This record gives sequence, C-alpha cells and structure tokens, in this order.
Amino acid sequence: MSVALELHDVRKSFGRTQIINGVNLTVGKSERHAIIGPNGAGKSTLFNLISGRFPLSSGSIVLDGQDITNSAPNDINRRGLARSFQITNIFAKMSVFENVRCALLWSSGHRYSFWHRMGFLSGVNERAQEIVERIGLARRRDRLAGVLSYAEQRALEIGITIAGGAEVILLDEPTAGMSHSETADAVELIRTVTQGKTLVMVEHDMGVIFGLADRISVLVYGKVLATGTPAQIRANPAVREAYLGAVAE
Amino acid sequence: MKADTSALRMPLPAVPDTRFALGRQVATWGLVAAVMIVLPMLFTQGFSLSMLSQMGIAVIFALSYNMLLGQTGMLSFGHAVHFGLGSFVCAHALNRIGAGEFGLPVTLIPLVGGFAGLAFGIVFGYVTTKRSGTPFAMISLGIAEMVAASALMFPGFFGGEGGITTNRVLGDPVMGVSYGPQIEVYYLIAGWCLACMIAMFALTQTPLGRMANAVRDNAERVRFVGYNPTRVRYWMFCLASFFAGIAGGLATINYEIVTAETLGLMASGNVLVMAFVGGVGHFFGPVIGAVLVSFLQSALSTYTKAWLLYFGLFFVMMVLFAPGGIASLFAVHGAPLRHGLFRRLIPGYLLSGVCLLVMVLGFVALVEMLYHVEQGADMGTEFDLFGLHIDVTGAASWLAAGAVFIAGLVLFVLTLPVIRRAWTHVHGELQARDAA
Repeated sequence: MSVALELHDVRKSFGRTQIINGVNLTVGKSERHAIIGPNGAGKSTLFNLISGRFPLSSGSIVLDGQDITNSAPNDINRRGLARSFQITNIFAKMSVFENVRCALLWSSGHRYSFWHRMGFLSGVNERAQEIVERIGLARRRDRLAGVLSYAEQRALEIGITIAGGAEVILLDEPTAGMSHSETADAVELIRTVTQGKTLVMVEHDMGVIFGLADRISVLVYGKVLATGTPAQIRANPAVREAYLGAVAE
Repeated sequence: MKADTSALRMPLPAVPDTRFALGRQVATWGLVAAVMIVLPMLFTQGFSLSMLSQMGIAVIFALSYNMLLGQTGMLSFGHAVHFGLGSFVCAHALNRIGAGEFGLPVTLIPLVGGFAGLAFGIVFGYVTTKRSGTPFAMISLGIAEMVAASALMFPGFFGGEGGITTNRVLGDPVMGVSYGPQIEVYYLIAGWCLACMIAMFALTQTPLGRMANAVRDNAERVRFVGYNPTRVRYWMFCLASFFAGIAGGLATINYEIVTAETLGLMASGNVLVMAFVGGVGHFFGPVIGAVLVSFLQSALSTYTKAWLLYFGLFFVMMVLFAPGGIASLFAVHGAPLRHGLFRRLIPGYLLSGVCLLVMVLGFVALVEMLYHVEQGADMGTEFDLFGLHIDVTGAASWLAAGAVFIAGLVLFVLTLPVIRRAWTHVHGELQARDAA
C-alpha cells in the first residue's frame, strides 16, 4: 500500500500548553481513516496542522512524498489536500454554484486571470454543475449559500472541499448537529464523493465511523493511543477504557 | 420610507444568473451610451454641462473604489491618492506635450493617468494589502496622510498651495476636435466613462473578480481552495488604482488645474460616501451614488450654506436605515414588482412619504434659522423660505418650525406600521408563490 499522508512526531503547543504531543500517523492511498477521541484531545488542532492553518512546533508532515511542513494553506491545497471545517465555512453572499465554482477555479488553471470570462469557461461550469448535482443541491443552485438550511450548508461544505479534485480529503465532523436521516444522507454523500480518494475524518458519531472507516486512530491528550481496523479498535481494552467505555456509560 | 430595510429584506433572495447573456449586456451598454449622448442635448446650460462632466469622472472613480470596498471587502480611506497622483502626472504630461518634449494625443492622456495610478498602486498596494480589515483601513489612512503631506513638501511636482495648471488645447485640432469647448471634453469623459464601466463590469465576471468576492465573504476559506487572498487583494488594488488614475487624468483635462486637495483625505472620504450611498453590493450602485452626490454637492451648495450639514445627515441616515444604499432600495422591490404586488406598498409609501416631507421641511426651517442667528451679522435676521417670510428674532417662527418638525416626525413614526403590514403581506404572498 503506497502512502498518501505521513505525520512524524508532530507537536504543537500554544504558549506552555501542549496540545499535540508527538503524533505519528500514516494514511495509505485510497484509505478511509477516522480520527476519534474525547473532547479536547486535539483532533481539530491536528487537522489545522495538516492543512497549514497553524504552524507546527516541531515534527514533519509529508503529503504524497512531498514535505508540506509549515507550508501555506494554499500551497498545501494546490498539492492535493483539501479540508472541510467543523463550523460551516462557506461564501455566504455567493450562490451555491459560485461557491463550488470558486473552489475548483485554481485546479482548472485559471489562477488570477482577469482576461477570461467565467461564462466562457465551459469546462469549469460543467464541473461545477456536476458537483452541485452530486451534493444534491441542484434545486438550490442559484440561492445564496447563507440562506440554505444547516444540512444543505454542510453538504455545500463537502462540495467546496471536493471540488478542486484533491486526492487527500480531510473532513472535520461532517455530520455534527445533523438529525438521523440527515446523517444517513451525509454518509452516503461522503462515501460516493470520496470514492477512490484518501479520506481522513474527525467524527463523533460511532455509527458513521464504523460504517465508513477502513482504519481508525484514537487520539487522547494529543497522542495516538491506538490505530487499527474498526474491529481491532473495538476490541482494544485501552481504547475501551479511555474512550468507548466512557461513551457507553 | 427608508426607515425599515431590515424588515424589507427578502426571505430568500435569488442570485441573478451570471451566465453570459450577450444580448442583454449589449442592450444595457447601448442604453447607457444613448443616455450619455443625449444628456447634454437635454440640459443645455453651461452649468449643467460642467456638472455632467464632473459626474462622468465621479462615476469612474466611485466604481473603481467599489472594486475595493464592494467587491473585495477592503475599506480604503486613501483611494483619492491614486486619483490625485494620476491627475498630477497627467498635468505634467500635458505641459510637456505643450512644450513639445513629446507627442501624445490629448484623447489618450487619461491612459497616462491610469498607468500612473497603477504604478503607485503597485507600490502602495504591496504594503497595504498585506493586511485586511481594520489594519488595511489604518494603513490606507496612513498612506493618504503621507502623500498629502508630501504634496506640500515637494512643490516642484505638486505645485505647492496653488497646484499645477495646464492647458488641454494643444496644437491643431484633430478631426475638428481641439478640446477647447466643454462639450468636446464632456464627450471625451463620456467615452472613457463608458469604456471604464464596461471594463470594470467585465472584470467582475472573470476568475479574479469572482475570487475577490470570495475573499470579501470569507478570506480564510479562500486559502483552503488554493488561492492566496493577499494576492487577490493586491491584484484588485492595483486594478482599482488604474481606473482611479484614469478618472484623475480626465479631471486634469476637465479643470486644467490640479491641487493637493484632489489626493487628500476629504477626496478619499467623498468617494467612500458616493459608493456607500449608491450601494456597494450592486455593480451599478456607485454609479447612482456618484451622480447623486455630485448633483447634491453642486445644487445644494448654490441654495444654502448649510449644505454640508444636510449632506452629512443624509449620509448618516443612509448608513443607519439603508446600509445597502439606494441600489438595495431598488433591488428589494424587484420581486414585488415582478409578481404584481407593488400596488400593495404604494399607499403606505405615499402616507409616510408626505409625513417625512413635512418633517424635513420643519427641520430645514430650524437649521436655516439657526444659521441666520449664528451668522446674523452677514445674513440678516429675516429671510424667505419655501415662500414664507421668516424672522428669527420672533418666537412665532421658531414655534411654527418646531411644531411642523415634531408633527412630521410623530406622524411619520405613526404611519410606519402601514408600510410594515403591507410588507408582511407581500412577503407572505411571495413565500406562498415560491413554495407553489
């Protein structure tokens, strides 16, 4: 199995508080990898480090064989890593279609062009339309993103994340705050749009994780407690004690 | 009428389709061109011709400002720097051409201003666009102060207090056009204005223009879809400076004099007001603002010395009650008009409009009377207003004006629920039709 994403002894502290205490993680190509752990374990911080939002205190991150440690978020994205956010992070005053179109513009190679007309970029428009349909928002295409329902905004968040065609996708709690039926829809959406891609997701819903993930890493106090298949994690006594047990109570 | 836009907001605004509609755009620009050609034929006094020229320049300047504020979310307090520097460079260029040092048709002088604006935009923008939000506003203010200060420090280039004078009539007329008569200058300005409007509109339809909107909405997210928001801001800043410089060049040709005031903070504040009053959320908003503000500044100042006070109050009222500008007041009525529901709103508007008018009359009377008390020595204590004779030494005039103002205010507030009820009804209807 070739490797998509590698973290070597990644550490992060804010002031004197250590949030990430030496995380080692290897995610294979086309693998669906879930990161679970109690609140405050550092899951979102880890995502922020991988995607370049925060600089690392020490350690290194390798994406598809290239060192991306402390690269700018836009550079990391151009190298094929895209992420979603736990708190919906969209372009509220633009239409659904525009949101998706902006998200795939860089990968279409038009950069900062002010001599191309968007209306004439048929490749871009067709891809955007296709993604809008895949995330189930075709009927909302021309609505402002800011007025969509919560579940629709979460779907758009995923659409923006996958639009650029990144090979490695990071989803931060994609089903948080959703109802049962909305969650089921979201899982199906994630499954189809990440087909053949590498997925790393932070999630709290155990049903989602065990249904979707090939492997699971358990993060506790900024360290990986265990990594393994869902069955292995379920059987791991340390994990049961630290995390699953606490949930079951 | 403008008192309640939060309630006027549409429940689910539909975004206009941005797909390229050639026919509609050609029709729109054709209409704009026709209006520009016809205007000087309708308003033939010399006064109106110079005002129309001023408006054309203001339209370009305000639209270029909106590339920063409305499209990229950058609140600049120093945009006039690029207008003014473009103006000065053009004045020097005209003088050099006059002295025979090099040759360039006057028609193309605005382009010199544009490139001057662009050059300074490249320098200043590199510093300012490294930050966004409040720091950006602060740095733009600092640069505006710096340039305004250097205008007095380098009299060789800026001409000191007197500024730089120039002459737009150079050599023999080209195809009968010498730019001596104001009408020729007006058509020069109109031509450049149309070209700049089309160019700036086209820019909104490009990848850069769209990403500028994305940066305005959510700069953080832009970083995670591969774009560098700083770079987007820098590009937009440079291009906005270019168009501001073109406007500055036209101003040089129009007035044949450039002073340090053109690049000062007052001028920067003025263009902000134009864009904001017109509406920064719509492409044509700043056009409305530029035309209206230019008109008010010229027209009001001939009627009353207190015009700046009225103008300031008008701006404050717009910011408070119609933050989307005049364009948003039009836009909000789009859906009711299309669905034939506008009739429902008319009675309320008429009722409150009359009350508002009464209130304004009372207010104006009070302000003018105060002004005559303050400036009594120069202006006298008696004057005529709205066909009435007013004596500021007597209590009767004060009581009457105060009563009119307060009555207008009370009636206006009392009649607002009529508008609000009508809108509730219209919203309900629209939502019902939307669901159907």
